[in-house]
Amino acid sequence: MADNVTPRVRVPKDATAGESILIKTLISHIMESGQRKDADGNLIPRSIINRFTADFNGENVIDVTMEPAISTNPYFEFQSLVNESGTFTFTWFDDDGSVYTDTKDIAVA
Amino acid sequence: MTRKILKGAISALALAMVAGAASAEVGDTLQINGELDIAVEAPAPAHMADTGITTIYSGWVFRDPDTQAMQMDDFDNPGMLYVDQGAETWATPAGTSNKSCADCHGDASESMAGLRADYPKWNEGAGEVRTLQMQINACRTEQQGAEAFNYGKAQINAMEAFISMQSRGLPVNVAIDGPVQATWEQGKELYYTRFGQLELSCANCHEQNYDNYIRSDHMSQGQTNGFPVYRLKDTVLTSAAGRFVGCVRDTRAETFKVDSPEFVALELYVASRGNGLMVEGVSVRH
Repeated sequence: MADNVTPRVRVPKDATAGESILIKTLISHIMESGQRKDADGNLIPRSIINRFTADFNGENVIDVTMEPAISTNPYFEFQSLVNESGTFTFTWFDDDGSVYTDTKDIAVA
Repeated sequence: MTRKILKGAISALALAMVAGAASAEVGDTLQINGELDIAVEAPAPAHMADTGITTIYSGWVFRDPDTQAMQMDDFDNPGMLYVDQGAETWATPAGTSNKSCADCHGDASESMAGLRADYPKWNEGAGEVRTLQMQINACRTEQQGAEAFNYGKAQINAMEAFISMQSRGLPVNVAIDGPVQATWEQGKELYYTRFGQLELSCANCHEQNYDNYIRSDHMSQGQTNGFPVYRLKDTVLTSAAGRFVGCVRDTRAETFKVDSPEFVALELYVASRGNGLMVEGVSVRH
């Protein structure tokens, strides 16, 4: 179980229809690769976020499969077209079965 | 930084012409979140008169544009994760008193404002020079009845980061006279003492060779106004004393302990070399 896992997201509060907006996401996570050994020579078990998705009003925007080589506190920055007001839902899937979510509303004029 | 800082009066003139011709770019000014301007250079304090340094620069100036950019937006600054952790610790009751920092100190943005800029400083009651981290631990053990944080570890660095953030944009202003003078002198002596198999003093790199390259590393003046820093190579926060350990180790010496009186003295002296630079809260370096 990874400790101190906090998702955070930045989405503009408003936009004009058809605009491409910039979204930044970060989740604090140790992203233990499963390749390293501790001081006693035992393998430290893998513990990573293995999938990240973003949806806008139920429609998928991005779906990322993540691998052990990704470093601590994975950060994603991407763009999305918005044509209407709605809600972004961000979801991170942990190896241990935990699912972390965050949502952001955006008003489109 | 996108170009070398040029030394001397003639080159300063040339620099002004270059700056006048080109539009502002990353590497010139540190503006955080597009609103808070942090000065990254200042006139050297009076006690540095015989060092040959007339302008002091934040370490931010010497970093790559990408690293600089990370510090210009709190969302991109991984150190802010630790600030959040520190804020949580601030509000969490601990120890036999079952009190949190907030129970006594209230709103940190008021009670802790300006604190980071003055440390390390003299503590009259204890009769010693204290770093901010020592003061945090004194509070933990004496007021909260809790166990001291381990120096050099994430928890205390996070706490320091949170408190440091309350002084962001304020000029470093540590006292060097009065009761701290003896400690300051000791720190100064350490700064100019060569250590290790490489026989390097702090001054050999950070005073005589800043703005030059040591292998691929653009050497800074070794200022501590940005501490605690998030180091990209370590992916954790590092305190000033933690950095000293790394520096002394790199001279191939046995280092002092992270909480040793030697490093307290050195932290005071090095901080005083940055008097006038702004506290950056929590900075990003490579």
